[in-house]
Amino acid sequence: MPADAALIRARGLTKRFGGFTAVDAIDFELRRGEAFGFLGPNGAGKSSTMRMIGCVSPPTAGELSLFGLDPVADGPEIRARLGVVPQEDTLDVELTVQENLLVYGRYFGLSRPVIRERSARLLEFVQLADRASDRVEPLSGGLKRRLTIARSLINDPEILLLDEPTTGLDPQARHVVWDRLFRLKQQGVTLVLTTHYMDEAEQLCDRLVVMDRGRIAAGGSPRELIESYSTPEVLELRFDPSEHEQAAEKLATVPAQRREVLADRVLLYVPDGDSALSAVRRLGLEPLTSLVRRSTLEDVFLRLTGRRLED
Amino acid sequence: MAVRLAPGPAGLRPGPLATWSFAVRQLRFWLTDYRRTWRGSVISTVLNPLLYLGAMGLGLGTLVDQHGTARLGGVSYLVFLAPGLLAASAMSTGVEESTYPVYGSVKWNKTYQAAVSAPLRPADLFHGHLLFVTLKLTMSCSVFLAVSALFGAIQSPEAIAALPVAVLTGLAFAAPIEAWTVTRTKDTSLTVVYRFGLIPLFLFSGTFFPITQLPGWIQPIAYITPLWHGVALCRGLSLGTATWTGVLLHAGYLVLVLAAGIWAGNRTYGRRLYV
Repeated sequence: MPADAALIRARGLTKRFGGFTAVDAIDFELRRGEAFGFLGPNGAGKSSTMRMIGCVSPPTAGELSLFGLDPVADGPEIRARLGVVPQEDTLDVELTVQENLLVYGRYFGLSRPVIRERSARLLEFVQLADRASDRVEPLSGGLKRRLTIARSLINDPEILLLDEPTTGLDPQARHVVWDRLFRLKQQGVTLVLTTHYMDEAEQLCDRLVVMDRGRIAAGGSPRELIESYSTPEVLELRFDPSEHEQAAEKLATVPAQRREVLADRVLLYVPDGDSALSAVRRLGLEPLTSLVRRSTLEDVFLRLTGRRLED
Repeated sequence: MAVRLAPGPAGLRPGPLATWSFAVRQLRFWLTDYRRTWRGSVISTVLNPLLYLGAMGLGLGTLVDQHGTARLGGVSYLVFLAPGLLAASAMSTGVEESTYPVYGSVKWNKTYQAAVSAPLRPADLFHGHLLFVTLKLTMSCSVFLAVSALFGAIQSPEAIAALPVAVLTGLAFAAPIEAWTVTRTKDTSLTVVYRFGLIPLFLFSGTFFPITQLPGWIQPIAYITPLWHGVALCRGLSLGTATWTGVLLHAGYLVLVLAAGIWAGNRTYGRRLYV
């Protein structure tokens, strides 16, 4: 396989369950060392896509290749080079932390000394070394997630697949996970993750695609997506509830790429928030609070997946 | 271009050697798992034959023997019962191993899902578990035979051949039931196996009395059940009355059921775990 060839390549990749199309003819390519994200609301087809990449779900139609191999014919060979962190923990909770790594390492045909050496290193990496001989059952969600990440690394994978790696974790636990994933990325591991958290995508992904109803709605780096689908800044205005509606109407005359009227706020998508705020004041409107902020992926996401009424 | 669908165990690149080694990897998982529970399991393996042969063989047997044993083939009830119980206990182990442990691996712990995201394929998990069940059956049936010998319930050196037959009987239940269990989405369906399968078979397959004691119309049903074949063959070997035709007929039937179970499981495992 040439060095610049795509590590993962999908063309018209489709997954149907009976009459329901979970993934609808999507195309994407991934290069070695990238951190790639599938972003989307629940039910967008992210997990189905991940399971096809993980070679545990045969595509209904289209092409998919990993390392230039066919997931259906070469599943074991491909999976030997993948690390998988599934959405739901699949740890053996009756066994100890150490035993979970041992059992999983054996699935890859690794010898006991190799597994022992790697487990020690990996448990250190995910800060679980002091729990090595504890049973998994009573561990917290965050610790289990970290163990799952350690387990996914036992075969020294070239690609790490993470399906919603921090869903359900408290903020501290999420930050520990992010920190570890960032280090892996620095070590050259290719990361593929799904998430519905924008901050996670922004922190970790070099490139991402936004999925909605089985299709790819947009793709690019976080910066590119913000540039293409939002304005540099957003002005958020909050008015007295009695004036909210009137003010929102008047604001239509303020030049803005987009205006969103929410129940409690009005959002103006503008190139320059401060000058837009001056324009608002020139109309004689005095908001209770005003906030000028940079556009985020969340703005892009909500626009693309259409959760709000838009102008 | 449409890709191939529903990958079965055939057509995958790893050859027979890899297939074998993948199954052994899964066997080692079960052995690690067994290390948690082996003490309890060993105790019941020894206690079961002691209790059954003591209560039924000696206790009930004394009463039975007083009424003449012609219909038992002229041997004492204990001698009649022991090989039947051997086969029945193998069935019971086969059923136990192929229900909740398999169901739990898919639905509770999801260790099966974990294993297929590693290189193992669904069929490897199936074969690995059958290897584990084979080991467990060999262990429990050996103990059963040894205890039977201690009770003086064994008449022929051929009885040693009852060991593989009992193991085969257990597997003839384990493979098809496992093939079915893996498709289940509610654990309540498993109780059906016990209620309508295990218990009636246990009672009416010639373990405790010859099936010639049953009404004529019910006897053909007994011939279909693998347990009757296991019981008949174990008994023949234990009493030293087995014929080559009988051996081939009974063992052949059990092998057939086992093969059908493996064929089915190779498919159902794939369908359940590759979705």
